[in-house]
Amino acid sequence: MTSETRDGTPIQGSHIKETSSSFGITPEQYMLPAAQQIRMLGPDGQLIAEEAQGTSPGHEYPIPEDDALLAAYEALVVGRRVNDQNYALVRQGRLAVYPSSHGQEACQVGAALALGTGDWMFPTYRDTVATITRGVDPLEVMVSFRGDWHCGYDPLDYKISAMSTPLTTQLLHAVGVAHAAKLRGEDTVVLAMCGDGATSEGDFHEALNFAAVFEVPVVFFVQNNGYAISVPLSAQTAAPSLAHKAIGYGMAGEQVDGNDMVAVLATLRRAVELARKNSMPLLLEAITYRMQAHTNADDDSRYRESAEVEQWKQRDPLLRMRTFLTERGVLDSDAETRISGKAEEVAAALRLAMTTEPDMDPLEIFDHVYAAPTAQLREQRAKLADELERSQEG
Amino acid sequence: MATATTPAPAGATTKPTTFAAALNTAMSDAMEGDRSVCVFGEDVGTLGGVFRITDGLTQRFGANRCFDTPLAESGIAGMAMGMAINGMRPVIEMQFDAFAYPALEQIFSHIAKTANRSRGRVRLPMVIRIPYGGGVGGVEHHCDSSEAYYAHTPGLKIYTPATVSDAYLMLREAIDSPDPVIFFEPKKLYWTKEAVDLSALRTQYEAAANDESAPAAGVGAEGRAVVVREGTDVSLISYGPSVSTALKAAAAAAEDGISAEVLDLRSIVPFDDAALEATVTKTGRAVVIAEAQGFVSVAAEIVARIQERSFHSLSSPVKRVTGFDIPYPSPKLEEHHLPSVDRILDALDELQWED
Repeated sequence: MTSETRDGTPIQGSHIKETSSSFGITPEQYMLPAAQQIRMLGPDGQLIAEEAQGTSPGHEYPIPEDDALLAAYEALVVGRRVNDQNYALVRQGRLAVYPSSHGQEACQVGAALALGTGDWMFPTYRDTVATITRGVDPLEVMVSFRGDWHCGYDPLDYKISAMSTPLTTQLLHAVGVAHAAKLRGEDTVVLAMCGDGATSEGDFHEALNFAAVFEVPVVFFVQNNGYAISVPLSAQTAAPSLAHKAIGYGMAGEQVDGNDMVAVLATLRRAVELARKNSMPLLLEAITYRMQAHTNADDDSRYRESAEVEQWKQRDPLLRMRTFLTERGVLDSDAETRISGKAEEVAAALRLAMTTEPDMDPLEIFDHVYAAPTAQLREQRAKLADELERSQEG
Repeated sequence: MATATTPAPAGATTKPTTFAAALNTAMSDAMEGDRSVCVFGEDVGTLGGVFRITDGLTQRFGANRCFDTPLAESGIAGMAMGMAINGMRPVIEMQFDAFAYPALEQIFSHIAKTANRSRGRVRLPMVIRIPYGGGVGGVEHHCDSSEAYYAHTPGLKIYTPATVSDAYLMLREAIDSPDPVIFFEPKKLYWTKEAVDLSALRTQYEAAANDESAPAAGVGAEGRAVVVREGTDVSLISYGPSVSTALKAAAAAAEDGISAEVLDLRSIVPFDDAALEATVTKTGRAVVIAEAQGFVSVAAEIVARIQERSFHSLSSPVKRVTGFDIPYPSPKLEEHHLPSVDRILDALDELQWED
């Protein structure tokens, strides 16, 4: 725990002291983000010289190995295809709603690939691609967006919570999962995801504070995509950056170029490693951009200029990674063909699934409210069953 | 319907036991038997809680099993939910009824809905203990009867014991429940005493809980209202802090020649419709008594259920004696607000007694 103080001397978690001194820097230098966001690939896909990556002592990030980068590229391509396919399915009226992460796929992929199989992920409604990358069948993820009443996949099987619609409430659940694991002596790391607008919610504050006080290994991963539906970040906060909020809780914060797959994976991996090794939380802010509207129900022309969107197209995470890996000799045309074939297979399966109505049993809505339905729910179930039977007869 | 509150076995070990001690022992017995049970909240560790209900748990089980949290109710509830997802059985304390409101989003949007949202795959065996109600001279924000908010939310179970033995048995049952339980503790009862042998209750509870031949429902108090006083002329329907007031009113009514039956609901969710029907069918009259303001309340729900299910057994319109529809009054005025014996007797007078 932290050292108590009644005389105004700083309270600092022991892990912060140990970690910062192992890097030869002060706790404040460690907790504050590096002077500029961490970036390894330029917008043109060229590897940036190490001295220009934004790193400083204690804020250094080794480049992941080529195999991991190729796997990340594959997930980027599949993720982009899923985003665009679902967007099209909504426009065709075959999907009720889809909050797309088009443009944010590097964050999505990095989140999933930085975790081990025993770790947990707490996604938001915009994190379909992260969920798929961690292994959930896209058709299972899309169950609730199709209009069914449940989350589709088994959260315990995948160690992925049901995608959260309320904002930042799930960060506290992430803290609880990590806390339970810690009490049992397990080294589970939990990745807790939210967006920039969500950092204004009270539970963001409570979750970061609890995680720091209880010294649990949670990596808070904020995808700062510029807008909370229509409201820009400048209307959410007066902080120098979202990563700066970390020091207020006694944890380390870092800012990364969220459209740079290499940097996202490198920083997330190290955050997960530090969280696991030292049982402590970290805050990572990824600067990215939501290329499409909030959902199909939103009209983004009312609050942003198309020139701004065009500018972000130049920083597309997928194209940057393709250029980088091709020039590095990691991605050849065979691999490209294989990967795009896989993406098309996933898209085709989604299209096929959406041609049929979901198979829903109306009576099941009573079955999971409690472990065993109450007498009242049994009565209501019987009433609906009777109605259904009569409507079939009629 | 259960027939009576569990009688404490007679013997030298039976001694005056407080409601508070019964709750404390229930938690420590549960913690002893199951390492996944943990207790946390504001001031529950070193201090033992502002009402001392968790007294000694940190000393006995260590700071990993009973601990203080930062002062943030949403954080407490949300972290508890995460711990329940990951194999724990958290028992959390909200310091006072009205201090639980910052946790409502966690409780309503997640804790109540997670089992359903996950199609039954994620169960949340957790207990949210809330000291509630008035009658203790508390100031604003310390005396709310907030049960209706929670009872209106599907997915939560709502228990509220009215006796010392039920305090023990129902808290054990809540901790063992696979569903989230909001456990309302009438704070005016904390220091009441009854002759109860807690170790005998423990033996009885654990034998029943471990009896695989017993049907799952029907062992505990959940969904099982209890007739705590038999009568023939009118049913006084109540729960939690108002049961003792109802019993006093029944005793006073007996002096006027009215035989009143008193039903203690014990759990509001699930609700024991069968017990309610049985008593109303038997007496033909009902008065519902609860501290909470009456408008859109649990008392209102009870009246509606009586009229839907037992209309043809009624000899009189059903009456309610509840708190007024006002913010909880100051300590000097609360006696005018709370259901009193006199007000219940007045309600009995207003019933239709002639055909």
